[in-house]
Amino acid sequence: MSTATKAKRERLKPPITNVGVIGWLKTNLFNTWYNSLLTVLILAMLGWLIPPLIRWAFIDSLWNSSAQACRDIDGACWSIIPHNIKFIFLGFFPSGQEWRPILAMILLLGLVIYSKDLSRWKKSLAWMWLVNIIVMGTLMYGGIFGLPVVETSQWSGLPLTLTLSFFGMVVAYPFGVLLALGRRSKMPAIKTMSVVYIEMIRGVPLISLLFMSSVMFPLFLPEGVTIDKVLRALVAIILFTAAYIAEVVRGGLQAMPRGQYEAADSLGLNYNQTMRLIILPQALKIVIPPTVGILLSAFKDTSLVVIIALYDVLKTTMVTLSNPNWTGYSTEAYIFLAILYFIFCYAMSSYSRKLEKDLHTGH
Amino acid sequence: MKQSLSNSATTAVASPPFWRDEGKRAIFFQIAALLCAGGVSYYLFTNTQANLARQSIATGFSFLNREASFEIGESLISYSASDTYFRALLVGALNTLQVAFFGIILTTILGSLVGIARLSSNWLVSKVATSFIEVMQNIPILLQLFFWYAIFYESFPSPRQALNPVKGVFLCNRGLIFAVPESHPAYTSMGIAFILILVAGWFLNRWGHKRQELTGKPLPALRMTAGAAIILPLLIWFLYGSPTAMSIPELRGFNFSGGLTVSPEFASLLLGLVLYTSAFVAEVVRAGIQSIGRGQIEAAMAIGLKPGQVLQLVIFPQALRVIIPPLTSQMLNLTKNSSLAVAIGYADFVAVTNTTINQTGQAIEGVAMIMVVYLFFSLSTSAFMNWYNKRMALVER
Repeated sequence: MSTATKAKRERLKPPITNVGVIGWLKTNLFNTWYNSLLTVLILAMLGWLIPPLIRWAFIDSLWNSSAQACRDIDGACWSIIPHNIKFIFLGFFPSGQEWRPILAMILLLGLVIYSKDLSRWKKSLAWMWLVNIIVMGTLMYGGIFGLPVVETSQWSGLPLTLTLSFFGMVVAYPFGVLLALGRRSKMPAIKTMSVVYIEMIRGVPLISLLFMSSVMFPLFLPEGVTIDKVLRALVAIILFTAAYIAEVVRGGLQAMPRGQYEAADSLGLNYNQTMRLIILPQALKIVIPPTVGILLSAFKDTSLVVIIALYDVLKTTMVTLSNPNWTGYSTEAYIFLAILYFIFCYAMSSYSRKLEKDLHTGH
Repeated sequence: MKQSLSNSATTAVASPPFWRDEGKRAIFFQIAALLCAGGVSYYLFTNTQANLARQSIATGFSFLNREASFEIGESLISYSASDTYFRALLVGALNTLQVAFFGIILTTILGSLVGIARLSSNWLVSKVATSFIEVMQNIPILLQLFFWYAIFYESFPSPRQALNPVKGVFLCNRGLIFAVPESHPAYTSMGIAFILILVAGWFLNRWGHKRQELTGKPLPALRMTAGAAIILPLLIWFLYGSPTAMSIPELRGFNFSGGLTVSPEFASLLLGLVLYTSAFVAEVVRAGIQSIGRGQIEAAMAIGLKPGQVLQLVIFPQALRVIIPPLTSQMLNLTKNSSLAVAIGYADFVAVTNTTINQTGQAIEGVAMIMVVYLFFSLSTSAFMNWYNKRMALVER
C-alpha cells in the first residue's frame, strides 16, 4: 500500500521528446509545419553555400606564399595580406619611423580600453586623454626631441583613418552640442542660423562636403594661404558629423521635463549654470547610445575620403591591388578589410548596448 | 492696472543695468552672431572673387549650354558626347533616380522580410537574420560597393564563358543579361489598364469604407482590385493575339546583343545599397512590430476579428505609425549613399557633375548643384513626412 502511493507520488519525468537536444530542436526549429519547412530550406541553402566557401577560404588557399604560387591555385590567396600588411596599415609613412604611428595607435587603443569602465569616468581621465592626444600628435608629426617631421600628406593607412575619425568625433561633439542649444534657443536669429545649418548639412551627402573641401576650400582662402588636404577633409567630416550630433542632443534636451528648468530658475541659476549643471549632464547622458551610433557611422564614413584621393586604409588596400603582382585578389583583400572594420564597429555597437544598460538608472 | 503694477515694480526695484537685462543681452548676442556670420561670409566671398579673377574663371551657369564632349556609359534618354552639359547632368540625375527607385522598392521588401525573420520563433531563421544585420551594418558601404564591383569584374567570366544559370539569363563581367519580351503595343495597353485599376481600386476602397460606416456592410475592395489587376491585363493580352516573341540575348563577337543588360556598375551599386540599407530597415521594422503591446492583439482577437483582420486593422496601422518616419529617413540615406556611385564609375548625378567640374573648372557651381539637388530630395521628403505625421498622429482624448 505505502509503496504503491510512494510510487504514484514519484514525479514523472517529462517525455524524452520535450527535453534536451530533441526538445530544443522541437521548440526552436520544428514547432510548426512552416517552421520545419523553413529550417529544412535554410539548412539546404547553407549546405549548398558553406562547403565551397570553406574549400575556397581554407582548404585550397595559400596563407603566406609568393604571388607566383597564388596563380596556380583555385582557392583564396591570403598571401596578399602578410606581404603587404605594412603598406596597408601604414601607407607612405617614412621607413625607419614606423614605430611612431604603431606606438601612437597602441596608446590610443590602450586609453580607449581603459576608459571603457564607467567608474573611471572622472576628471583625471579627461587629463589623461589630453596628455595622450599631445603625445600621439608629437609621435605622428614629430619636430621635437629629434624626431624628424612627417607632413600630414604622408599620414596614410590606419593612422589616417583613426586620426580622421577620432578628431572628427572629438571636435564635432562640442560643436554639435552648441548647435543643439542654438536650435532650442529663444533668440530668433540664433535659432534660424542653427536650423538652416543643421537641415542643410543633413540634406546633402557627405561626399558633396568632401568635394567642397577638395575643390572649393582653396578658392575661399586668400592668395598664398594653403591648408593641407587632410585638414580640409577633417573639417568636412567635422561639419557633417556635428549636424547629426546636434539632432541627437536636441532629442535629449527635448526629453528633459520642464520641472528641471523651473527648478533651476527657482534656485536663481542663470542660463549658463542651468545648462552646465542641470540640463546638459542629464540630457547628454540619456543620448549616449544614439550618440555612439552617430560616431559609429562617422567612423565608417571616413572611408569616403578615398574619393578625394586621401590614402586611408581602404585606399592603401586599393593601391596594393593595383600592383601587377597582386591584381585579381580584391576579394581576399576586401574581406580582410571588412573583418577589420567589423571588429572596430561591432566593438563600438556592443559597447553602446552595454552603456545603455549600465546608464539606465530607472525613475 | 497692469501698467501701474509694473510701474510700481520699476520704482521699487531699480531696473538692472543693460548688461544684466536679459532682453537687451539677447539682442546684443544676436547682433554679434549675425555680424560674425556676415563677416566670415564676406571674407570668404571677397577671397573667392579675387581667386576667381586671378584664375580667370567665369562664374555663372552659362557653361551648361556648352558641348559636354564626354561619353556616359548608360542613360535612360538618348545622349551623345556632342550634347550639352545640361543634358549630361539630366542623364546623371535620371540615373540617380533610377538607382533610388529600384533601391527603395527592393530595400523595403528585403528589409521587412529580414526584420520579420529576426522576430521568428525559428531559432535558425532569427540567427541568420541577426548575423545578416550585424555584418551589413558594421562594414562601410563604400567597402561593400568595391567588394561587389570586384566580384563582378574579377570573379565572373568573360562573355564567351558567361554563366548561364537559367535559360535566357547570362552572368558575365559585362553584367547581367536576360531575355525580355519583344516590345509590342499590347504591353503599353496592359500597363495603362493596370494603373487605371489601381486608381479605381483606391476610390473603391474609400467608398467601401464610407458605406461600411453607414450600413455596416463590408466591401472586399482589396481582393476585388487585386483580381481585376490580374484579370484585365491578361484579357487585353489575349485580345492582342497573345504576343510571345522574346528578345533573347545572343553572343555576337565579344559581347551579347539583344535582351536587357544590367551593367556591372549598376548591379553592384544596387546590390550594395540594398543589402546595406535593408539591414537598417530590418531594425526599424522589428522595432515597429515590437512596439505593439500584446494586449492589442489579444483584444482584437477577443472581439472576434479573424487573424487576417487583426493584422490589417490592428497591427499594421499602429506598427506603420512607428515604422514610416525612420523608414523614410533610411530611404533618404539610400538616395544620398547612391552618390557613392562616383567611386565605382556609375554615371549618377554626382559622378557626372564631378566630370563637369574637372572639365570646366566650375567647382562652385558644380558643388552647389549637387547640394541643391539633394536638398530638394530631402526637403520634399521631410515636407511629405510632416504631412504624414499630422495625418497619422494619434488623436487622443
